[in-house]
Amino acid sequence: MPDFSAALRGAIMLIGQRDGELLQIAGLSLFVSFSATAIAAVIGLPLGAALAMLRFRGRGAIVLGANALLGLPPIVVGLALYLLLSRIGPLGMLDLLFTPAAMVLAQTLLAIPIVTALAHRGLDAIWSEIGPAFQIDGAQTWQAMPHLLAIGRTQVLIAVLAGFGRAISEVGAIIIVGGNIAGHTRTMTTAIALETSEGNLGFALALGLLLVALSVTVSLVAFAVAGERRIVHHGRKP
Amino acid sequence: MRNWLPVFCGTLALGAAAPPPSVVLASTTSVENSGLLAHILPVFTRETGIEVRVLSLGTGQALAVAAHGDADLVLVHDPDAERAFIAAGHGVSTREMAWNDFVVVGPADDPAHVAGGHDAPVAFAAIRKAEAPFVSRGDKSGTDAQEKRLWRAASLDPASFKGGWYREIGGGMGAALNAAAAMGAYTLADRGTWLSFGNKGSLRIVIEGGGALINRYDVITLNPNEHRAEAREAAERLADWLLSPDGQAAIGRYQVGGEQLFHPGAAP
Repeated sequence: MPDFSAALRGAIMLIGQRDGELLQIAGLSLFVSFSATAIAAVIGLPLGAALAMLRFRGRGAIVLGANALLGLPPIVVGLALYLLLSRIGPLGMLDLLFTPAAMVLAQTLLAIPIVTALAHRGLDAIWSEIGPAFQIDGAQTWQAMPHLLAIGRTQVLIAVLAGFGRAISEVGAIIIVGGNIAGHTRTMTTAIALETSEGNLGFALALGLLLVALSVTVSLVAFAVAGERRIVHHGRKP
Repeated sequence: MRNWLPVFCGTLALGAAAPPPSVVLASTTSVENSGLLAHILPVFTRETGIEVRVLSLGTGQALAVAAHGDADLVLVHDPDAERAFIAAGHGVSTREMAWNDFVVVGPADDPAHVAGGHDAPVAFAAIRKAEAPFVSRGDKSGTDAQEKRLWRAASLDPASFKGGWYREIGGGMGAALNAAAAMGAYTLADRGTWLSFGNKGSLRIVIEGGGALINRYDVITLNPNEHRAEAREAAERLADWLLSPDGQAAIGRYQVGGEQLFHPGAAP
């Protein structure tokens, strides 16, 4: 059994070596998960804000759906996408199977419910405080959305980071639609699965520690950029 | 955050544009995980400029992916499944590329007292009699099919095994070896994966040699009507190269720890 301190030393050595293949794998992980998170944010944030601000037909169903899909199993998303993107599937002509784009698509589908549900929950309370003021001004409710997203940027950031966390950590979907092809669709999580299957448990754990470090770094940088030290200190914005 | 969105979307679009000539090879895990393909394919890519994208799957899954039209060439090791695949019209021809052998590995204390033998069905019968822990792949891979054939050769039916000593893990060769090492169980492994496996624990080879343990790897060219026309020529060049004197010599040169893992098997 490899022990954890050996894995930690291995992880530090890996960073020191700046191995080209490892950099490429880590880079692809970040590229795929950033892309998926960005697309999920573009869809999920306005949707979450709209759910907080507006009362429309089907609103309850969307809220219920987003919350129910928080636990969407990645392997099911992967399998369904595989059947859609397969050459004999309905979207086969797009030639997306076993490409990074297919992995972005899979992670986007996994992140959208998380971003939507958390944005809705976070912004709902804020809107019930500031909403009446906007309505007194006589403005169209939806025009207040940028203001709501700006005032609730802490909640927005948490929703987006939760989506990113889901994307960067999952392996079940991308190993099916990406295929874990060396130099093409191999990411940190699929590389960890591969190394484990080859019995290189210490190296697999070292990769795992690197992945955790990457994920934590992204969160810290995001908080720093947003100037949200309060989250770290107080748990939530007053 | 909003400023970055166009950059992400732009990079995404670039990533999807104009790929170089490439072949998707659906390969059984053993030739990939043992390092053979990483050793020989760069030679092919240097000579031809064709990039080979390897999907490392169990034989059953590799054939299923190819039957969906999602691979351009197949490299597997289950003669029965290959015959069914060809009969179903998915493949055109199957040619032997290389061979090595299976080994039965087990814990050092050898509870079924089978170590040192060469007759796998006899050893399997002894393991059954002792009800010593046995890990089965249970994933319809080539090795799984071979294991089932060995039980049948011992006049035993794995579907009837009771008592928890026979454990189907539904995983790859590496997962089965990890499980066998952790449980002190016997399992059947291909020699390539076994030699390059990093977590052997107390496992060692208990049965090797003998005609029942031959393991042949075949290249299957696919039905042109079901597969990517643009990759067909590149896939044929890869198949021809693997079976050519150059490809066969590269396969024969590959060693792990001073031991040759695969023997060239193409008909001259």
